[in-house]
Amino acid sequence: MKHLVLQSLDQTFGRFYGMVQQFLPHLLAMIIIVLAGWLVAIILKIIARRLFALARVNTLSEGSGITQILKKADLPPPLDLLSQLVFWVVWIAFILLGLDTLGIPELHLQISRLFLFLPQIFVALIVLFFGLLAANFFSRAALLSAVNANLPSARLVSGFVRFVIILLTIAMALEQLALAERTVLITFTITFGAIMLSLAIAFGVGGRTVAQTMLERIFPPPDAGKREEEKEKVEEIPPL
Amino acid sequence: MLAETSAISEEFLRQLTAVGEVDILVGIPTFNNRDTIERVVSAVQVGLTKYFHRERCVLINPDGGSTDGTPEIFKNASVEDFGMLLTSNPLRTFHRVTAPYHGIPGKETALRTLFTAADLLRAKACAVFSPDSLSVTPEWVDSLIRPIYREEYDFVAPVYQRQKFDGLLGRGLLSPVIASLYGRRVREPVGTELGVSGRLACHFLESDVWEEDLTTFGLEIWMTTTAIVDQFRLCESFLGPKVQAAKQFGQDVAGTVQQVVGALFRCLEMHESFWKTRDGSEALPMFGFQYKVALEPLRIGKKGVLDNFRSQLDQLVPILESILTPQTLLALRNIAQLTDRDFRFPDELWVKTIYEFAAAHHRSVINRDHLLRALPLLYRGWISSFILENQKADGARIDQRLETLGGEFDRWKSYLIDRWGADIGGER
Repeated sequence: MKHLVLQSLDQTFGRFYGMVQQFLPHLLAMIIIVLAGWLVAIILKIIARRLFALARVNTLSEGSGITQILKKADLPPPLDLLSQLVFWVVWIAFILLGLDTLGIPELHLQISRLFLFLPQIFVALIVLFFGLLAANFFSRAALLSAVNANLPSARLVSGFVRFVIILLTIAMALEQLALAERTVLITFTITFGAIMLSLAIAFGVGGRTVAQTMLERIFPPPDAGKREEEKEKVEEIPPL
Repeated sequence: MLAETSAISEEFLRQLTAVGEVDILVGIPTFNNRDTIERVVSAVQVGLTKYFHRERCVLINPDGGSTDGTPEIFKNASVEDFGMLLTSNPLRTFHRVTAPYHGIPGKETALRTLFTAADLLRAKACAVFSPDSLSVTPEWVDSLIRPIYREEYDFVAPVYQRQKFDGLLGRGLLSPVIASLYGRRVREPVGTELGVSGRLACHFLESDVWEEDLTTFGLEIWMTTTAIVDQFRLCESFLGPKVQAAKQFGQDVAGTVQQVVGALFRCLEMHESFWKTRDGSEALPMFGFQYKVALEPLRIGKKGVLDNFRSQLDQLVPILESILTPQTLLALRNIAQLTDRDFRFPDELWVKTIYEFAAAHHRSVINRDHLLRALPLLYRGWISSFILENQKADGARIDQRLETLGGEFDRWKSYLIDRWGADIGGER
């Protein structure tokens, strides 16, 4: 009995030792790959930072409003953000490669799937980024136009523009990820349609006079020019 | 010869070749000005005959593609009997050239065409007239050309008699900023008429600015500031009252403020090394007989403009936060709370606002176009205050008041220099 137990233990330890013996080189290879990846990622980060600085990314992003969005979201300046992105993309790629060397079939399958999914995630992130940028740009333009036209609730107009663009962006990003494509599309269509319909009803019922004024501005009655001229003369002072 | 003949059409070039060399070139750029062009052409023709009858003169009309027959009216407009107006008839042939110009219709393309023609014809003096001036007289020709042709000046800026609240953007912003930073007090930096020597016209042609978008109103500011920076001789000429036909291009106040101030800010960037090292300002020599006539008062809807400022300022805060310092923004929000009777936009606040906008524009803290579109509202606030404060003041008092404002722009020049390279984000 004692002999059998010892034999069993010996076999188990032998198998374990064999497994460890087989696994250790893979683990060592993984650690080497991850460490090498970290080193490569750092080098690439430094190179990318210099290249982005040469391309005056910070100045360009200040002008286009990206810096302001990042500031609002408590994110670092674009130069830091982009170089960090390069670092993490490279290092994560090496980590996944390292994990793959462990030779675990299930893990290998999942990593392969993740690698296949990565381009979609990347494109979705780009869509989101540019969508947010466009939302910021156009909502600001709408706000300025509304303020200069002396429209009431200029910020509401601007907020609406931002909301619609962000909604569209999220729908596009989710579609890119192929996540519940039909649900997203239907939700977007319903939301957008509902907003437009409610606006049309509100404008038609509550703003008949405004609608009439706007239409008169587009299709002026014969004596409108004279009236407009008189009004302008009273309201505005020639600046030059 | 510097002129790039590609800037003008073949037809134009052919007509210019037929003219030969000239002493004086007068340009009237047009675009659908059939109602006013005849009067301007006649006034210029009489002016040239009266004051420069011995000189070789050419009248050029670069047209931006008028569809209302303006070029035909230009060609046919003539003074039938000089004897009725003058004691003598012209001694030389009076050349007249009209042709559409290449490129996008606009003042910059038209002026480039005129300067190219001046270079090709070796004109000693050029004058540009607005095609829709209703108050133009033959004396304007003398006022704009004599300082160049006889006194050897290079740039003649016009001075108009204005209704007391007319042209406040020029008088309350452009002129004092140019005086404080460039050291020359130019009363009308965006006048629609001007005189330029042939030498300066060639100098302007050498610039790369023609390839940039300095817009319809920006070019005058660029020409004025460039003439100062490049040490040309500047003077002013009094022309009299300025009465213009109705707006030609449907230009609104917000758009005008955006374009003109944008051009000024661009010039500040171009000439940074000049204005940063310059101190004090001097008046320009003045030509022309100064007189005054009663002008029709402007009907101003002060209440609407002030209400616009008050109601919209809060809406604009998210954008102004990126442009202005917290102190300036707070001061603006405070004055927006004042009652109609107490409403005042202090000079210091106006000056700081403009300088902070200029610095923010230089650093591109937000999209430059957006930044400039945030300014008209503040301009409306300032003019409301200026009108409320000076409702009962006469023209002389208004001039004094604007001089005080100019002093304030001088006093805060170092503030602009500090802000020019400052990092607003770092302060928050």
